Amino acid sequence: MARKLLLENINVPGIHTFDVYRQHGGYRSVEKALKTMTPDAVVEEVKTSGLRGRGGAGFPTGMKWSFLAKPEGIERYLVCNADESEPGTFKDRYLMTHIPHLLIEGMIVSSFALGAKTSYIYVRGEMMPQIRILERAIAEAKNAGFLGKNILGSGYDLELYVQPGGGAYICGEETALIESLEGKRGNPRIKPPFPAISGVWACPTVVNNVETIAAVVPIINDGGEEYSKVGNGRSTGTKLISASGNLNKPGVYEIELGLPVEEFIYSEEYCGGIANGKRLKAVVAGGSSVPILPANLILKTINGQPRLMSYESLSDGGFQTGSMLGSGGFIAFDEDQCIVRNTWNFARFYHHESCGQCSPCREGTGWMEKVLHNLENGHGKMSDIDLLVDVSKKIEGNTICPLGDAAAWPVASAIRHFRDEFEWHITNSKTAMEQNYGLAKYADPLPKLEEAIQN
Amino acid sequence: MSDKVKVTIDGITVEVEPGTSILNAARQIGGDIVPPAMCYYSKLEGSGGKCRTCLVKVSKGSEKDPRPMPKLVASCRTGVMDGMEVQNITSPEVIEARKGVVEILLINHPLDCPVCDQAGECHLQDLSYEHGVADTRYEFDRRTFEKIDIGDKIQLHMTRCILCYRCVYVADQITDNRVHGILGRGDASEISTYIEKAIENDFSGNVIDVCPVGALTDKTFRFKNRVWFTKPVDAHRDCPKCKGKVTLWYKGEEVLRVTGRKDQYGEVEDFICNTCRFDTKNTSDWVIEGPRHISHTSVISSNHYEMTLLPVIKENPILIEANKIEFDRATKV
Ligand SMILES: Cc1cc2nc3c(=O)[nH]c(=O)nc-3n(C[C@H](O)[C@H](O)[C@H](O)COP(=O)(O)O)c2cc1C
Ligand code: SF4
Ligand code: SF4
Ligand code: FES
Repeated sequence: MARKLLLENINVPGIHTFDVYRQHGGYRSVEKALKTMTPDAVVEEVKTSGLRGRGGAGFPTGMKWSFLAKPEGIERYLVCNADESEPGTFKDRYLMTHIPHLLIEGMIVSSFALGAKTSYIYVRGEMMPQIRILERAIAEAKNAGFLGKNILGSGYDLELYVQPGGGAYICGEETALIESLEGKRGNPRIKPPFPAISGVWACPTVVNNVETIAAVVPIINDGGEEYSKVGNGRSTGTKLISASGNLNKPGVYEIELGLPVEEFIYSEEYCGGIANGKRLKAVVAGGSSVPILPANLILKTINGQPRLMSYESLSDGGFQTGSMLGSGGFIAFDEDQCIVRNTWNFARFYHHESCGQCSPCREGTGWMEKVLHNLENGHGKMSDIDLLVDVSKKIEGNTICPLGDAAAWPVASAIRHFRDEFEWHITNSKTAMEQNYGLAKYADPLPKLEEAIQN
Repeated sequence: MSDKVKVTIDGITVEVEPGTSILNAARQIGGDIVPPAMCYYSKLEGSGGKCRTCLVKVSKGSEKDPRPMPKLVASCRTGVMDGMEVQNITSPEVIEARKGVVEILLINHPLDCPVCDQAGECHLQDLSYEHGVADTRYEFDRRTFEKIDIGDKIQLHMTRCILCYRCVYVADQITDNRVHGILGRGDASEISTYIEKAIENDFSGNVIDVCPVGALTDKTFRFKNRVWFTKPVDAHRDCPKCKGKVTLWYKGEEVLRVTGRKDQYGEVEDFICNTCRFDTKNTSDWVIEGPRHISHTSVISSNHYEMTLLPVIKENPILIEANKIEFDRATKV
């Protein structure tokens, strides 16, 4: 069994309660940090660990923390991003449901490191049960002296609040989240200034994903050095993967970064292969925003190396032949799935979730959705395919926040790798309504590097 | 002053105060190299960044860090750095992206210019003539809304709105007692009748002047006339509420409407009060200063629509000189 740093005790009965969690070594990192370390030493430890943000962008957490401005006499805030709404991603919810104290513990240590006296957990509005679970866990921790005034006699005060969101995907974008937290409409802010300089109530703020904050606990317990030994290269530590789609055993898995994709899909320890004896057609490896890859390219990089579950390996080949680790939402498609339909479904999501502030995203997402709807329903034209690519280019890189890119990439990548399936939907529109295109050549051995780049 | 920073836009260098945006630096240079701005409004704090028509390419970040910026940036919300080099109309990438933004702004726009009050002084109209793509590739029904009267003096025709948020900032900053103006999300967003609240305010009429398109219009614009048949005249009066400096729009002897004095970028010099705008439409109310000079690019002054050739640089000796190498290369091809 691979090493588990976050979910080791997930199956212990009652682990969601303070007492059981504490009996299993919970809150040790708070004692260690508050009693024996300075805030800067905690930041250093996180830097050494090589931990990278688990919310999607993979930005080094220690570096982000050290960018936080620290002007005299001005409050600083830590905000935990628990808005998790990326299609295909459900790891944060799992963690908060089953082992809420891990997040609370991480919040205390991280807030201490950043010098925040007030911290927030911004939870997606639909997650009502998790909001109650967290509130209860906070009350328990406070009762035991781990929150509130003068924690463990260290002189450090911390109040932790849970803030329910309204249920908009865009409020997961950190500056939209901050606006929403302040009680405003969740429109992303124009950057700069970045939250590290001006975030919540115009004060310096760090926004981190649930899993990122939870990972601080093992880092402080075992030391950053120890944490950095787990994983592969610059992808250190473990990662929660939300596995869904046509897998024998979908669910949340904690993997050591660097695990081969093939092993993740097919081994009994993880997903146990494709369900119903079908064959793998495609994978979206990091949540709906990242480029989709056909089976051959997800299992191997274009150079014929085994593809690994790590930041570097998944993005090997750039957007031509690679993808991204993103938030770790791993969606597998078997040979019966229709890529056109899925692309339309994703486009529909981004159209619905665009905040509408900037024109390319507001208008372009709707345009793409409508064209894809036509294609899927047998009313497409050949020129629609290039039109989609063109519209996606008009959005990509030209918007205020990365939602525009997130909407453009799935469309562009689906056409890049599955163009013949799109064409088939147009030339055989009647058949396409009744049956699927099937596996086609998508699992074939990889073409030569030069040929692949040409497409 | 030695604190000034140097920035070069399309080959022309200018010295500006630190903290100036690329757009404002370009406005100091003036002429063709000024990026179009549909949402930024210098007098409204926080405006800009939304429409993306002002995108430019930063080919050199600064003297200290010469790396180019990886993406096009909104010039209205990006500050200049010393030694920065920017390409606007000399960058095919920028022209292409801007064309894309214009196309996208138009897919849900009704293109009812023949019946629109704004025709002739509409920035979207100007922009689409400059960058327009001949045919639309959008084959779906356009988004439509019912017209609504917000108060008895202002009409909102949401169908034409490009969601630049300017009117929201006006209501936020110029009038009091206002919370928010956009309801809904994405392309279902709309300026809501919340705006009615601002109607009670003396300065609410300014939403008409800031609207770059014909979404907010003056219901008291008498005898609805095409603006190019009207004659703008600057005038002032002693007003207890505002500075009283306005432009009167005449047809014959009649004042058809009153607006703030707009500069070449469509921005008013001063916001005016509703009394000046709606209730004082007799010549005797005003001291006349003289005819208003309207910028030459506007279709109001040319009285007809003209296409500007792109890249504009071909017709401008200063730009040709400043971009000699690029120009020679381009014309050889
Ligand atoms: C449209 C959009 C939605 C996002 N949603 C989430 C989310 O639900 N949860 C999350 O942790 N990060 C989300 N992010 C990323 C955040 O902006 C931010 O990068 C992240 O919370 C930083 O935390 P990390 O450094 O710990 O990853 C989203 C970003 C975008 C552009
Ligand atoms: S890219 Fe989309 S979601 Fe992001 S600010 Fe612009 S309109 Fe809003
Ligand atoms: S009504 Fe006019 S000013 Fe207001 S957002 Fe729409 S286009 Fe802009
Ligand atoms: S004017 Fe800069 S984005 Fe609109």
